Amino acid sequence: MPYGPHAADDRARMLGSIGVSSVDALFDDIPGPLRASPLRLDPPEPELELSARLAGLAARNRVDLASFLGAGAYRHWTPAAVDQLLLRGEWYTAYTPYQPEVSQGTLQSIYEYQSLLAALTGLDVVSASHYDGGAATAEAALMACRATRRDRILVSRGVHPHYRQTLATYALGPGLEVEEVPLVADGPAGGTTDLEALERRLADRDRPVAGVVAAQPNILGALEPMGEIGRLAHAAGALFVAVVEPVSLAVLAPPGEYGADIAAGEGQPLGIPLGYGGPYLGIVACTDALVRQIPGRLVGMTTDLDGRRAFVMTMRAREQDIRRERAASNICTNQALLALAASIYLATIGPHGLRDVAAAGAARAAELEAALAGAGAARIGTAAYLNEFVVRVPNAPAVHDRLLEGGILAGIPTARLLPDEPALADGLLVCATELTTPDEIARFATALRAELAVAPGVAPQTRGAP
Amino acid sequence: MVPADLRYTKEHEWVAIVGELATVGITQYAADQLGDVVFVELPAVGRTLEQFATFGVVESVKAVSDLFAPLTGEVVETNDALSGEPELVNSDPFAKGWMVKLRLADPAQADRLLDAAAYEQLTAEG
Amino acid sequence: MSVVGERLQPTLFERSRPGRGGGKIPHPPADALDRIPADARRATPAALPELAEPEVVRHYVNLSQLNYAVDTGFYPLGSCTMKYNPKLNEWAARLPGFAGLHPLAPDATAQGTLQLLFELEAMLAEISGMDAVTLQPAAGAQGELTGILVIRAYHRSRGDLERTEVLIPDSSHGTNPATASMAGFHTITIPSAPDGGVDLDAFRAALGPRTAAIMITNPSTLGLFEHRIGELLEATHAAGALAYMDGANLNAILGRFKPGEAGFDVMHFNTHKTFSTPHGGGGPGAGPVGVRAHLVPFLPSPRVLRADDGRYRLEAWGERPDSIGRMRSFVGSTGVLVRAYAYLRAHGAAGLREVSDDAVLAANYLRVRVAAALDVPFDRPCKHEFVASAAALKHRTGVRTLDIAKRLIDKGFHPPTIYFPLTVEEAMLIEPTETESIETLDAFADALIEIAHEAETDPELVTGAPHDAPVRRLDEATAARQPNLRWRGMTGAETPCPD
Repeated sequence: MPYGPHAADDRARMLGSIGVSSVDALFDDIPGPLRASPLRLDPPEPELELSARLAGLAARNRVDLASFLGAGAYRHWTPAAVDQLLLRGEWYTAYTPYQPEVSQGTLQSIYEYQSLLAALTGLDVVSASHYDGGAATAEAALMACRATRRDRILVSRGVHPHYRQTLATYALGPGLEVEEVPLVADGPAGGTTDLEALERRLADRDRPVAGVVAAQPNILGALEPMGEIGRLAHAAGALFVAVVEPVSLAVLAPPGEYGADIAAGEGQPLGIPLGYGGPYLGIVACTDALVRQIPGRLVGMTTDLDGRRAFVMTMRAREQDIRRERAASNICTNQALLALAASIYLATIGPHGLRDVAAAGAARAAELEAALAGAGAARIGTAAYLNEFVVRVPNAPAVHDRLLEGGILAGIPTARLLPDEPALADGLLVCATELTTPDEIARFATALRAELAVAPGVAPQTRGAP
Repeated sequence: MVPADLRYTKEHEWVAIVGELATVGITQYAADQLGDVVFVELPAVGRTLEQFATFGVVESVKAVSDLFAPLTGEVVETNDALSGEPELVNSDPFAKGWMVKLRLADPAQADRLLDAAAYEQLTAEG
Repeated sequence: MSVVGERLQPTLFERSRPGRGGGKIPHPPADALDRIPADARRATPAALPELAEPEVVRHYVNLSQLNYAVDTGFYPLGSCTMKYNPKLNEWAARLPGFAGLHPLAPDATAQGTLQLLFELEAMLAEISGMDAVTLQPAAGAQGELTGILVIRAYHRSRGDLERTEVLIPDSSHGTNPATASMAGFHTITIPSAPDGGVDLDAFRAALGPRTAAIMITNPSTLGLFEHRIGELLEATHAAGALAYMDGANLNAILGRFKPGEAGFDVMHFNTHKTFSTPHGGGGPGAGPVGVRAHLVPFLPSPRVLRADDGRYRLEAWGERPDSIGRMRSFVGSTGVLVRAYAYLRAHGAAGLREVSDDAVLAANYLRVRVAAALDVPFDRPCKHEFVASAAALKHRTGVRTLDIAKRLIDKGFHPPTIYFPLTVEEAMLIEPTETESIETLDAFADALIEIAHEAETDPELVTGAPHDAPVRRLDEATAARQPNLRWRGMTGAETPCPD
């Protein structure tokens, strides 16, 4: 056993102290017929061999591509200090801070995380973390149902498909009715939530809505009329759940400014590696009025016996270990280390730096749009965007695959990401960040031009044509 | 000794009845078991409570407990002081820590409650 | 409130000064945001602190030193399995090939990770005696919800719509009934028998046509193997219900008991318990779920599949119509799963069996030694953890389990789990794990014996503990009554952005 602590006679000493002759005697209470068949696994590998195996597997992934892929997970530069600090064993091998006297590091860092995300979202209360953007969105919707005692949710199709799917699964247990609100097909509001369709769905007095869920930016990268969506929701007595991307909150109006009651989102862009989907960081935030409904842990400031300032998990009666079957959520283990990573990222990059990250992405995205349009792939829609948008490319999935062979990850075909949006069958959802280089943009444009020129009978597209 | 002029439930609520009005709270015993009370969730004025059904929740730092209505009646007043000072439930549960006032549907239901002696016996068995 | 303790740290916000820090990336062009409509822009800058990198580093290094951790000392938290977190696993998860892979990367570019996930599923299936595994859930509780939703889908697929109840022992972890509620079920709580196991008569009486599932932790939260498990499973299936096993205590039975083989239909694993992935101050973990064949159609989507030519791919959305859908975005907490994979490969079958052998050995050794300090209600061999009780000590001296826990801090140990399970008065649940030396176990037992003695001779030493920690006991009542959940000292006007 690679990490076993025992010297030669330690086990014998322990057996003697217990009063049994072998460790098998300690398993006598497993009924004979139920004892396990022999465990069949590959032989154990010492570190030298195992490290070669792991390196070999990692090498089979291709991470050397010029990537324009976003769609809910984003490439950003993580300052070196973040991971160096995260590698301290006092952070990552610590347990949940149930004994606050020996956990002030973890507790203060969570309080600071709550404060940092409150500043970014403009909302009062932030939980200590949820699993990811999808589960956060689902539980935010459940919160809205509990708070309003209604059981119908309207979710814009501009919300990430994985989040909508997760919401649908979480809705099964409580039997919630989840209805999707379509996007406007074309015109100046093309690619954003159809407000008339939303209003019609809100108007049904027999089926009152608990919450309206919309994302900013949305899955197509478009900026939504969040203030208006919130007004419509509130007019019908529903709560407004905003799904947010944290880097964008450095420059875009945050949920607290446009009247959202609850915010949910994915914190991965804040210094967390892409890592093939996780571990990520679910963000849940809300107004003071909803604090008793928020799932997950909360850390508060208090004092100790001697008057020292200190931090402690608080309002614990909401949680599963106390409320059991009446708990709002079953969440126990969360994503604490990732919340720490996000905090260190924000502390290191600073408010101006975060704004620069968002602005650099916007600048590169504008360059990308121009380059791709010049190559014959115009943007679909004219709504404002920050750093992600869709371009029209005939046979997009096939083009995408061929560009991949040339070392370019040309975003993701919308036909694959959003198969239930047939109007987007010929789209590539592409994204730029501060890591995107002019060289990569030029390579992408050149390769795309070659692809589009080869397709017979295709005339160069003009900007904004449907 | 608990106040002799009150009636009690097995779930440690007390009730003071004056005609068709009743004031309800929880006993010191219950408050001690809970520890420091941090929040009390009370029903809205106008709601009708059924005898022995739950009508609210008391939260302490480490525990949660349902509140059970000792009698059937309509809530006519709730103790707003508890939202700012939930600790009144610990320090003065029989007076300042009162929770709801009811207009009783049937004061005779009090026959189903414990008197002070019976309640003392219940908590002694603890 | 001033910061009085010498080792405590001001918050980031108090250290913030305008103009400090930054400079990590080049400034973008000044007009980069001009095309964003004004009504979509922030009106006031985010009130984030400004610190120079050296200050940030000192802040987080100093804070970290206020923490107790597995890397600093013994952590006998029952039900948490605080074993050593191997450093090779940290190295592996950070390999650029793993860390830099986008979750929507085309399958052809993700073959290494897909292969790792596929092999990990197979290893977990073998360990648990299940037929298939999903790695999607982000935590044990999410695994529970996955498993119970799978059971729900199974019954509904057979037109069995009346099964609305889940039977759960009173000793269960709070997540079990919370999960049942989230999945739309009513919890029926089954009492424990005097020997600590599930009361079989009460269990049989509660089983019926309305039972969808039972949720059993085995070994139980008392650290005892449920030796009537055969009868429980038989009765469950005879009633048409399914059996869910909470795998939190799997560290006790690796290589000795395979839940799927024994008759459980579904179970979850906690990689951050049994398989050494770090607790991280509260997370992340991962909660893979294993199922028997009849439940495979309902597993969350996407599954990781392997074609005949050996290429791996992710299932397409909708490819398996009976799936319960998604529990979260993307495929799973892959970085955590890489660590679990490395752990399993490092151990192999013999190594894992030795893990359980040594975990059970250490727990029993400690049980015998601790009996000199506290009552041990179940006087027979335990599995990987055991319950002690300070009830008698409390009646004699007034010193409670809480006080003993805080005094252990002064002795240099993290307290065990306290006041859980709910079925034992003044409970202390102790789980040493297999990675602790006999010297550490002896030192811990000695400390408990010392404290028990202090309780008799100098109780205030114990009730006033801790005396030697960075902070003393906290005012949790005020923290809950008047919650202060975020720093309010900054408005954002301190850091005007040079737009």
